[in-house]
Amino acid sequence: MKATVIVFPGSNCDRDLKVAIEQSMGTAPDMVWHADTDLPDTDLIAIPGGFSFGDYLRCGAIAGNSPIMREVVKKAAAGTPVLAICNGFQVATETGMLPGALLRNANQKFICRDVDLKVISQNERFVGAFEQGQTVRFPVAHHDGNYFADDETLKRLDGEGMIAFKYADEDGTVNEGTNINGSVDNIAGIYNENGNILGLMPHPERLISDQLGGTDGKIFFDNLVNSLS
Amino acid sequence: MTKITDEIVAEHGLSTSEYEQVLKILGREPNLTELGIFSVMWSEHCSYKSSKKWLKTLPTEAPWVICGPGENAGVVDIGDGQAAIFKMESHNHPSYIEPYQGAATGVGGIMRDVFTMGARPIANLNALRFGRPDHPKTRHLVSGVVAGIGGYGNCMGIPTVGGETNFHESYDGNILVNAMTVGLADTDNIFYSAAAGIGNPVVYVGSKTGRDGIHGATMASAEFDDDSEEKRPTVQVGDPFTEKLLLEACLELMATDAIVAIQDMGAAGLTSSSFEMADKGGVGIQLDLDHVPMREEGMTPYEIMLSESQERMLMILKPGREDEAKAIFEKWELDFAVIGKVTDTGRMVLTMNGEVAADLPVAPLADSAPEYDRPWVKTEVAAPIMGDAVKAPNDLGDTLLTLMGSSAIASRKWIWEQYDHMVMGDTIQRPGGDAAVVRIHGTDKALAVTTDCTPRYCFADPETGGAQAVAETWRNLTATGAKPLAITDCMNFGNPQRPEIMGQFVGCIDGMRKACLALDYPVVSGNVSLYNETNGTGIFPTPAIGGIGLLQQSDQMATIAFKEAGETILVVGETRGEMGQSIYLKEIEGREEGAPPSVNLEVERQNGDFVRSAIHEGLITAAHDMADGGFLVALAEMALAGKLGADLDLPSDIPLHAYCFAEDQARYIVTATAENAEKLMKSAESLNVPLQIIGTTSHNELKIGDILSISVEDVRSVHSNWLPDLMAAPK
Amino acid sequence: MKARVTISLKNGVLDPQGKAIEHALHGLGFAGVNDVRQGKIIELDLGDLSKEEAPAAVERMCTQLLANTVIENYSVELLD
Repeated sequence: MKATVIVFPGSNCDRDLKVAIEQSMGTAPDMVWHADTDLPDTDLIAIPGGFSFGDYLRCGAIAGNSPIMREVVKKAAAGTPVLAICNGFQVATETGMLPGALLRNANQKFICRDVDLKVISQNERFVGAFEQGQTVRFPVAHHDGNYFADDETLKRLDGEGMIAFKYADEDGTVNEGTNINGSVDNIAGIYNENGNILGLMPHPERLISDQLGGTDGKIFFDNLVNSLS
Repeated sequence: MTKITDEIVAEHGLSTSEYEQVLKILGREPNLTELGIFSVMWSEHCSYKSSKKWLKTLPTEAPWVICGPGENAGVVDIGDGQAAIFKMESHNHPSYIEPYQGAATGVGGIMRDVFTMGARPIANLNALRFGRPDHPKTRHLVSGVVAGIGGYGNCMGIPTVGGETNFHESYDGNILVNAMTVGLADTDNIFYSAAAGIGNPVVYVGSKTGRDGIHGATMASAEFDDDSEEKRPTVQVGDPFTEKLLLEACLELMATDAIVAIQDMGAAGLTSSSFEMADKGGVGIQLDLDHVPMREEGMTPYEIMLSESQERMLMILKPGREDEAKAIFEKWELDFAVIGKVTDTGRMVLTMNGEVAADLPVAPLADSAPEYDRPWVKTEVAAPIMGDAVKAPNDLGDTLLTLMGSSAIASRKWIWEQYDHMVMGDTIQRPGGDAAVVRIHGTDKALAVTTDCTPRYCFADPETGGAQAVAETWRNLTATGAKPLAITDCMNFGNPQRPEIMGQFVGCIDGMRKACLALDYPVVSGNVSLYNETNGTGIFPTPAIGGIGLLQQSDQMATIAFKEAGETILVVGETRGEMGQSIYLKEIEGREEGAPPSVNLEVERQNGDFVRSAIHEGLITAAHDMADGGFLVALAEMALAGKLGADLDLPSDIPLHAYCFAEDQARYIVTATAENAEKLMKSAESLNVPLQIIGTTSHNELKIGDILSISVEDVRSVHSNWLPDLMAAPK
Repeated sequence: MKARVTISLKNGVLDPQGKAIEHALHGLGFAGVNDVRQGKIIELDLGDLSKEEAPAAVERMCTQLLANTVIENYSVELLD
């Protein structure tokens, strides 16, 4: 298996993502610079977190227009799996690869902590290691993770099994009290219609060992690598 | 040309005798640009003129110290060809005037100090002091400062892992924002600032120069009065995105051997960076200011030299390497300009539009900066207040709740959840413990980092307070299992021209010196911020100490959380019941009185070495140092972190409230299995370390016989709600 | 040729910054403020671009980059 991590000026979780993928895959992913116009052959494209282009204008907006993203959009449309985390999720919505948009957190503050997520729709490739309805723990670290979509889109997300994760508590309860950032319907992550793109605000790459405080992220990446190998 | 009048000299903060010195050095009257340069170079901020005499007395050497004070940051060897590079710096005045940008640019500045030396920053910390919680400006300042620190550090992708926050009325008009950065470099690739190589190009990189923050350095060296808020000097605005690019570009260039010397442009911008580089190298520099990248039109030499625009660096390159360097900076879309060259004249010559704008001798200006032996008086210290002189509280449980929900002790989670403390994937001890711990990427080693100072102790007894601040960092590092290596200090004081303030400074330094010597724990970098006064009232003396320590095996790390019910709880160290200046006295009796707890450095070392060895031997399951609030507060913190309770049987040789809330130093609470507790008792006896078994971990409750029975969740609720409630309360 | 692009959040999209401003205004005693929506203004210096070319060009800039039409509206004002 081969994986690719896209790097923009201002990306800052690119190394963390590389470490997590390498831990599960055994070899390092290719790191591809935003200004490149060619993508190497790859079984997975990962778009990391960070503050691409300083989050200026809108989070992910300028990165979404970078040369490499044209290639990423093309490959994704042709079926290559894409994992878009945090700022990567913002980039993916800005390019239209995923529906909706990410706004400033409802409480206006940056928020960094572990959160419990309820697995909503099954997708073997991305969450095959988890049961539908179970909770997993990944950290969040974002200022603009407040997911927005209009009613029509929401209906589609819901009806077509495109909602990946919702903010929940340890027991899987999803309500206003567990909605850390104001996202509609507590949505923390979504798939595209074809199910080959996952965008999520939480960072699975941050909990990949007991020493870091948990292993749900490792389970996530191990499954991803197994299913793509 | 502007005539230099007495008023202009005074506006530049130079005294009459200092101006006479200027005339003597030049043998003529300076022009305005030259006067501006003297003014910032001889400001307290850049010259340390009031503090130098005393700073020199601090120990700065140890076999593991690679570079002590005087460079951009201190450097210590952490083995395997790696070095930790770190420093703490104040950004107090700008943060009071514009909290978001002031704090943000403080964080940006300290990170530049560290990566200028070739290190990739791996951890940020912040020591913050605000006014009393109900002061009308406090919430505005807290929310702005915290957002600014997060805004900069989060964007840079450097985890903000620790620090401390105090609230006290002495900071009502002068908050303190002290930012610390720890970086990692290879020992054979560390960069210094001494210019060398006659004819070598002087290169400017980073952001363009604008008119921001002109005279920031002189502002940081003057007292506030009621007009200061109206004056609103042009505040610098931080651009963390550009700094992230600057970091990557600098590290990329540093991987080649093209750089001779490099210095960041911090306070006093191009002036201090160019003079420091020339002075350290014993050379001259010629700058053509026309080539400085500028953001605004019509800037004068005076403005260019004094601008404090952020995210800029000055470097000396090897001859012929300009194109290679330029390609790297252009890839990162940063400005790159050759603006001058190194000369053998020993003079700083600035030209613009073909005219000489300034021509100053480097060494006399840098070396004959005024140095004062300011008059000082020793602080009178009150008598200690022992436990038997303090009334017992009516209810121990209520008392504990009051302390846990007090401004000094309540959880700071509201603050550190706004900081990305996990990015870079190596944070193995998050904020909230004794010290944060970050792994050295790709190795088994880890660095423990902390900042500490107890200003009320320093105010009551500067010498004890100075020693205590150093000892507390040492203790916090020790409680994680780390071997403390060295400290950085950020000395925040009032007006040094007042003998009692100068006495506080001298006392704190003396205490710090003794602690550094006794603990083999030298000072490798630091910063001084004086004139933290409003209308003649100074802040509490606040020598904030940032300490770092090394864990050879990161998996040996200890945390404060109770691990399991049924384990033995032990107390290391002696409790005599020193209650002067305690949080108990302040919160329960409303008085800040008495001498602070005494610091016995020999005992400190003995007890700490005992705890650290026990951690390394795997005998201890949790460790926590006792500080603000004393034993019961520390115990409650361990219970909260572990979501467990405790069943206690406490010694009766001193009053119970004194045992619970006195702030005697050099003490730790540890837990161990029953079997290991026996081993610890034996080894403590043989080493003469005071160690007592005082209870067992349990579920849900903190219990002392039939005297105390309180639910851990009730404690959690007061502890975690105080700060969010404060920040959410209607205006 | 210069242009000024005004970008605002669409009605129905929660605007927490606007809400915060509204709260602050109420706190300062401006009771008459019913609602606050915040947005941004982007000023473009279009150099020699002609009056005829400018509208279409700015329109393309808006849809492609300056505004996110999922959540934002924009309006363009051309200035000489």
